[in-house]
Amino acid sequence: MASNEDSIRLEVTRYRPDGDSEPQLQEYDVPLRREWTVLDGLNHVKDEVDTTLSFRWSCRMGICGSCGMNVDGEPKLTCATFLSDYAPGPIRVEPLSNFPIIRDLVVDIDDFMQKLPKVSPWIIRDDDVTEIDGEYLQTPEELDAYKQFSMCINCMLCYAACPVYGLDPEFMGPAAIALAERYDLDSRDHGARERLDVLIEHEGVWGCTFVGECTTVCPKHVDPAGAIQRYKLKAAKENVKAFVLPRFLQ
Amino acid sequence: MTTPDVTEPRVHRPTMSTWWWTKKRSYFVFVMRELSSFFIAWFVAFLLVLVAAVGRGDAAYQDFLDWAAAPWMVAINLIAFAFLVLHVVTWFSLTPKAMDVRIRGEKAPAAVIIASQYVGLAVVSAFVLWLVTR
Ligand code: SF4
Ligand code: FES
Repeated sequence: MASNEDSIRLEVTRYRPDGDSEPQLQEYDVPLRREWTVLDGLNHVKDEVDTTLSFRWSCRMGICGSCGMNVDGEPKLTCATFLSDYAPGPIRVEPLSNFPIIRDLVVDIDDFMQKLPKVSPWIIRDDDVTEIDGEYLQTPEELDAYKQFSMCINCMLCYAACPVYGLDPEFMGPAAIALAERYDLDSRDHGARERLDVLIEHEGVWGCTFVGECTTVCPKHVDPAGAIQRYKLKAAKENVKAFVLPRFLQ
Repeated sequence: MTTPDVTEPRVHRPTMSTWWWTKKRSYFVFVMRELSSFFIAWFVAFLLVLVAAVGRGDAAYQDFLDWAAAPWMVAINLIAFAFLVLHVVTWFSLTPKAMDVRIRGEKAPAAVIIASQYVGLAVVSAFVLWLVTR
């Protein structure tokens, strides 16, 4: 092992479902290399020190969204978080908040997987035009209207940052609503009405109290907080319309 | 040979502490912003009492002024004013998130939206000041 000078301590949450009743902390010293991320540190532990440590990762380049963990209390993509930014350490590495812990740093995101299809995150048409009839054309401006919201990699950092989701797991949550907005804003889509019926419920947009942390932690600049507030405006307009207009005009 | 029992994996469900909002600056500011709504309601009530006093004539207005000048009232109003400022600043800075303003097809910069709200506030305040001092 390198001298103390060029190593950094990781304080990692361990939870073994077959033995532990509570998660515990375990400390590991890993080499502090300039180009090493927290994920590199964990992989060093897994390869060289303790093969039983469990965590998720795949792409190592901020694309797959599977390496999200709380680093010193902040939800981060560990493949994009450098050890040297936390020197001299120690660095606390914990599973994402607000999710059940399956093992060590692995959380169960099943709840999100159940919620996502409820907002129909795909293009809905109200005509019979299909891709077989040709492409749906779109101008650069039309693409620009939703592009930001389409960058989501489902990393769940926003759910980990959201106290509303932590307190009320029924809440649809930031990424799901941002994805609904992404399709609503798509010029090829006709599904806004359908999605509104789901999101106008209390567990939809009105659950959000605009803490804004989802946008702060999002590694892809999706701005879920913005999507939710814009949706609230839309939902409020619908409510007013339903209130003042006779049914046949709505 | 018996087949092993199939059991649900034992997951650990962390619970949120009552004090979650003290653990992060942004959470704390958020809770203070929510709390500031009470003080907004307080100022609305205070103004209504003022208007009612003015309506009831000079003596009632003088009573109101004496009441409002009591040290404990001044203290409450100072605290309420601090929360009012917090409320204004935080909500103004959040507006660009809710409004997608486009100027000639380009997204309006957040700073422009925020600044125009302060301009609006200044105009309305100046009008009210003119109205009550003229
Ligand atoms: S909105 Fe951002 S933080 Fe949330 S899941 Fe998508 S990429 Fe991750
Ligand atoms: S490993 Fe894929 S996003 Fe980090």
